[in-house]
Amino acid sequence: MELVYALVIGALTASGVYLLLRARTFPVVVGLTLLSYGVNLFLFSTGRLATGKQPIIGTAESYADPLPQALVLTAIVIGFAMTAFVVVMSLRNLADNEDDHVDGKQPYKSPAPEQEDEEVTGK
Amino acid sequence: MNHWLTAPILIPLLGGILQALMGYAPITLRRTLALATTVLILVSAIVLLVLANDGSYRIYAFGNWQPPFGIVLVLDRLAALMLIMTSVLALFCHLYAIGGADEGNRQFHALFLFQLMGLNIAFLTGDLFNLFVAFEVLLIASYGLLMHGGGTIRTVPGLHYVVLNLIGSAIFLISVGMIYSVTGTLNMADLAVKVPQVTGESLNIVKAGGMMLLVVFGLKAAILPLCFWLPRAYSKATAPVAALFAVMTKVGIYAILRVYPLVFGDEAGELANLGMDWLFPIALATLAMGVIGALGSGSLKTLVAWQVIISVGTLLAPISLGSEAGLSAALFYMLSTTWTVGGLFLVSELIANQRGSAKDRIITAPRMHNRTFLSVLFLIGAVAAAGLPPLSGFIGKLLILQSVEPGFEMAWLWSVLLVGSFLTIIAYSRAGSIVFWRTVDGHLEKPDPLNGRISVAAGALTALAIVLVVFAGPITRYTDATAEQLHNNNAYIEILQMPMVGEDD
Repeated sequence: MELVYALVIGALTASGVYLLLRARTFPVVVGLTLLSYGVNLFLFSTGRLATGKQPIIGTAESYADPLPQALVLTAIVIGFAMTAFVVVMSLRNLADNEDDHVDGKQPYKSPAPEQEDEEVTGK
Repeated sequence: MNHWLTAPILIPLLGGILQALMGYAPITLRRTLALATTVLILVSAIVLLVLANDGSYRIYAFGNWQPPFGIVLVLDRLAALMLIMTSVLALFCHLYAIGGADEGNRQFHALFLFQLMGLNIAFLTGDLFNLFVAFEVLLIASYGLLMHGGGTIRTVPGLHYVVLNLIGSAIFLISVGMIYSVTGTLNMADLAVKVPQVTGESLNIVKAGGMMLLVVFGLKAAILPLCFWLPRAYSKATAPVAALFAVMTKVGIYAILRVYPLVFGDEAGELANLGMDWLFPIALATLAMGVIGALGSGSLKTLVAWQVIISVGTLLAPISLGSEAGLSAALFYMLSTTWTVGGLFLVSELIANQRGSAKDRIITAPRMHNRTFLSVLFLIGAVAAAGLPPLSGFIGKLLILQSVEPGFEMAWLWSVLLVGSFLTIIAYSRAGSIVFWRTVDGHLEKPDPLNGRISVAAGALTALAIVLVVFAGPITRYTDATAEQLHNNNAYIEILQMPMVGEDD
């Protein structure tokens, strides 16, 4: 079970990081989601993997640690809200810049520099 | 148990909820209530400072659960100092925002207060996972605040900021998980007990977790490889928001100060002083990078944003060396630089409003309105930021220089800090002389007159550099005591034994 679990976490995190490095906002959002799945599974496993154990000390010889489950729950809630926000931000980026590139525009088809860079030296 | 400890969290929470519910109330009512809330936060911070000044630790255990089983709030001198620093800055930023910057978004005040709540939780918490939650609270509010102000210029920096911080949160969770899986606790005091006992294979897991935690705090503090998001985001933000964000990088520094000397301090066995040997060269490189950025910046706000990075480097260098004198000097400099940078952001916005289409860009333009008043404010801010006598930046930098013991580190710190300060002076004098002195003939449309609130807010925040000099004696005594308290881990660990409220109380 440990090996499969670790491989799943590794695959999710690796795909997440790969997608985060893409240049379009949609893969980046998906990458963030996959990364947070990987992280949540990892957090869950920090209480050690066990099946059929009670989460209470003293009722049985070994017990399942309940704290990581609480941490994962918090992380899921926060991650969910953050993903919703980053989706809205991406849509706003698409609407404002008419491009879903993470920098708002593709570097090679941008002859007009930012307004700020027009003239910076004092004459 | 001390219930006062919840005040800096509950006041902005209740005030923020009130603001969120009354988005359609008259704006004067909303402004009055919001500013009153910020004043109350300042009052509670002052009360906590007085409480903390006796040098003992005070805790508040949620639900009366004995730590390490429950979440605790811990008040010591460092936490109280950070609360005061934040609430003073927030008061002036809020006053400035009420001068007109809060229009256009009904929830501005709610976001502002939730941001303060997140900051205050981060400063008071004694639990690593609760620190993560505090970071998320302040980040969610900051995402909204960063986008405040209309127009499309903030979209791309905002998107970068959000994505970067989400990745930071993921790494934070991984490192928290690694540390928990070995030690079985996330309470900072309990970690300080358990981490030195870690041996064998588990040691590497805790080590990796600790180093990843440093990466996360480094991202918040904007140290070198992780600092390039900051200038664009801060220079595009609305002035009061940018000024409040001057404290955001200090949250990262606070987290390093809180976690590393305690959990990975001198007594941590094989993990003693984890990461600190990395931090020193990185801090100096951050300082150098900030100076290069300041020299190359094309607008006043970008210049001030790079000043944030310069001050991060200057702060982390003595912190990584870990001496008591260095910590004390860094804390004094932190007060000075946070308020000065906040003031400079506000002053830059005032200047931008008076220069027509030239805005705050460092170019020649027709003579601006209200030049005398604004140039004096900019002069005070620049002198304090660059570290020239007689203002507080000079005292802060002098204390930092004095705190280093002669040797290899001293040579590096002195040369980088002094050359960096010199080049910062060049950057400021170049910006100031072009903006204020080199004028061309032309006519500017009469801008809106400076209204009282924004000029008072910008002027007062800048003038704090002078106040800090006047009260430098008491403040350095306080920071000395704070550094001493930070070095005494045993006292912090005793909070595990503090009695809870009994049933008969």
